[in-house]
Amino acid sequence: MDFNDTAVEATFREEVKTWLSANIPTPDELKGLDYIGRAKLWQKRKYDAGWACIRWPKEHGGRDASAIDQVIWNQEESNFDTPDSIFGIGHGMCAPTMMTWATDEQNKNYIPKLASGEDVWCQLFSEPAGGSDLAALRTRAEKDGDDWIINGQKIWTSGAHYSDYGVLVLRTDPTAPKHQGLTYFFIDMKSAGIEVKPIRQISGGANFNEVYFTDVRVSDSQRLGAVGQGWQVALTTLMNERASIGGGGGGVNFDSVFDLATRVNIDDAPAIKDKNVRAQLATWYAQESGLKFNGYRSMTALSRGEIPGPENSIGKLVGAPKQQDMASFALDLLESGGAIWDPELSDAAGMFQATYMASPGLRIAGGTDEIMANIIAERVLGLPQDIRVDKGIPFNEVPTSNS
Amino acid sequence: MNFEFSEEQNMLREQAQGFLASNCSMAVVRRVLDGDEPYDADLWKKVAEMGWTATVIPEEYEGLGLSYLELSVIAEELGRALAPIPFSSSVYLATEAILAAGSEEQKQAYLPGLAAGTSIGCFALGESAGQTSPASLTTKADGSSITGVKIPVADGDIANFAIVVATSDKGDGASLYIVDLDQDGVSRESITTIDPSRSHAKLTLNAAGAQLLGNDGEGWSHVQSILNRAAVLFAWEQVGGCDTALNMAKEYAMGRFAFGRPIATYQAIKHKLANIYVKNTLARSNCYYGAWAISTDADELPIAAATARVSAIQAYYYASKENVQTHGGMGFTWEFDCQFPYRRSKLLATNIGSEATWQDKLITAIEKQRAA
Repeated sequence: MDFNDTAVEATFREEVKTWLSANIPTPDELKGLDYIGRAKLWQKRKYDAGWACIRWPKEHGGRDASAIDQVIWNQEESNFDTPDSIFGIGHGMCAPTMMTWATDEQNKNYIPKLASGEDVWCQLFSEPAGGSDLAALRTRAEKDGDDWIINGQKIWTSGAHYSDYGVLVLRTDPTAPKHQGLTYFFIDMKSAGIEVKPIRQISGGANFNEVYFTDVRVSDSQRLGAVGQGWQVALTTLMNERASIGGGGGGVNFDSVFDLATRVNIDDAPAIKDKNVRAQLATWYAQESGLKFNGYRSMTALSRGEIPGPENSIGKLVGAPKQQDMASFALDLLESGGAIWDPELSDAAGMFQATYMASPGLRIAGGTDEIMANIIAERVLGLPQDIRVDKGIPFNEVPTSNS
Repeated sequence: MNFEFSEEQNMLREQAQGFLASNCSMAVVRRVLDGDEPYDADLWKKVAEMGWTATVIPEEYEGLGLSYLELSVIAEELGRALAPIPFSSSVYLATEAILAAGSEEQKQAYLPGLAAGTSIGCFALGESAGQTSPASLTTKADGSSITGVKIPVADGDIANFAIVVATSDKGDGASLYIVDLDQDGVSRESITTIDPSRSHAKLTLNAAGAQLLGNDGEGWSHVQSILNRAAVLFAWEQVGGCDTALNMAKEYAMGRFAFGRPIATYQAIKHKLANIYVKNTLARSNCYYGAWAISTDADELPIAAATARVSAIQAYYYASKENVQTHGGMGFTWEFDCQFPYRRSKLLATNIGSEATWQDKLITAIEKQRAA
């Protein structure tokens, strides 16, 4: 048992460290740019030096790097203060789908601009009536000559307001059973008839959107996979969600709540001396530690060229509720001061309040706690699937409400 | 990055699983729990013959000189099988005490017997309800004569000798003594606990002969480091037991029908078992951390040990009680095996310090690390 890199990994890490140290954008370089501009500057710099999307095949602008190389890159990059990425969905989900299903010519045209950050892509799957039932899509595409006409609505589309392209799953045959009447496309977000409306979150921001389609035209040449094969193509997209291993980050965690407990009092002594506080912090420490060492076990598997085991699927299910509970606990420690949410007046510039308000979203997005538990039960423990009452029925006959 | 066991260690695990599957089924656990025998002597003999008791004892004392990684593998399997033998007392506690604090003479005198399994040791710390501290200890030695009452002492009724923690007016307030249990000044009484698959005793020492182990007034410090190491090894037993509880619950849920379908198809059960899996997985990964820390004698061992123990206590309690729950009425019967992990989980959760005690130790260790 040994935490050190192999010789090959160590050499790679040195190379990465050297390049990063010399090329991190300076405050001057970033001055005057908004978060999109900063993200694009950093991405282009990595791309020009051959450090963008390193896991992609060389023919698509990557370095054919291994999964462990990506982990090493992520670890080293996270040691520096770099602009937040806006390319997670484009690089992690859209590009792999294009590489698998688009034509060579299309990939030659679109992939380099994805890698360099010139184009930002989004993912238009979720719809208001669908929820966790991902395949229950209703936005229609009807054939018209060499084009399809799209009508309907997508929701929770992160980044749609600054995206250039999107991948899109549409209902092309409402009379077929749910999974069978779907077709997959990619689309120019500037097409006529697309309207992007930001959704205001309880946390105050508006990072995701409703996207309305009114008679939007998309060429059949932008279809990926066969008509009716949309679900299969969508699975490629969903399977490529990046697993985060050993990443780490700040925010509301043991360190920040422990630190808070040294700064506020209970019974006229630092809260960190209170037995309840110690016990609760210890439990969270053990959870964070468990997740961290879970990640190490996965890294070992990757380092050996193996696929990490199912223990990696617990990260979100543990992490999201924990973050909510820790933020809530922190506000309680702050007593009436916890209610103040003003970066100038609040402890930790309002980080605990912000996380308290943002954390409900984490338990819901990208697979709710309940869906994650179902996934663990079914795919890890091998328990039977839930009974489905919409199996084999034409989609347009599936009940959608009480009326 | 290599945070996995080696091929040889994985083979040891396979061997251990095979051996215990054949020699330590639940029927064996039930037999010891139900009957008069304090432990399965035949199983103990076989375990000793395979060298498990000798695992980390250096070769110069007739041990195998292997690492704590091998011992962790063995611990998990013994925990999985709920083996009704004095392995933990003799190996994680008594052997560790002698290795840590013994003089050359004491090591020569005790380690070979411990390695061969012909000598069984136990660890006598607690005296009454609640936490034990140097201030609470009443057992007292006067030169080489020791008097006091220790209760409960795991395997105290069958062990050959005990490591006894006594009060001291020097240093940290405690000292360790080796007390041979087959002498006039020692009387022992078997006591019943919530887990009768493991033997326990009340030890009454009345001017019994004792030899100082380590320095006078350094006993409490030794206790802390012995318990840190034992905590990791017990944590491996606990995660082995967690797996047993989860597998029992899953198997039952897959075959038991209600309202026309297996109860495993209901989300209440699926989510319950998923939650067991999550806690088990966190505990197991923390055990890896603990195993790394003992085997490298890492500075952060106090943190790793407390993390592993807190995690394992929480996981085992949850898994074992929800396993009973999943079985419904049958889980509550003597006839079913659900009672065994349920009992063992609480025994292991209280034997060397409770969850609350170790949560506090964890934060103390982190505070110390940050102050350094």
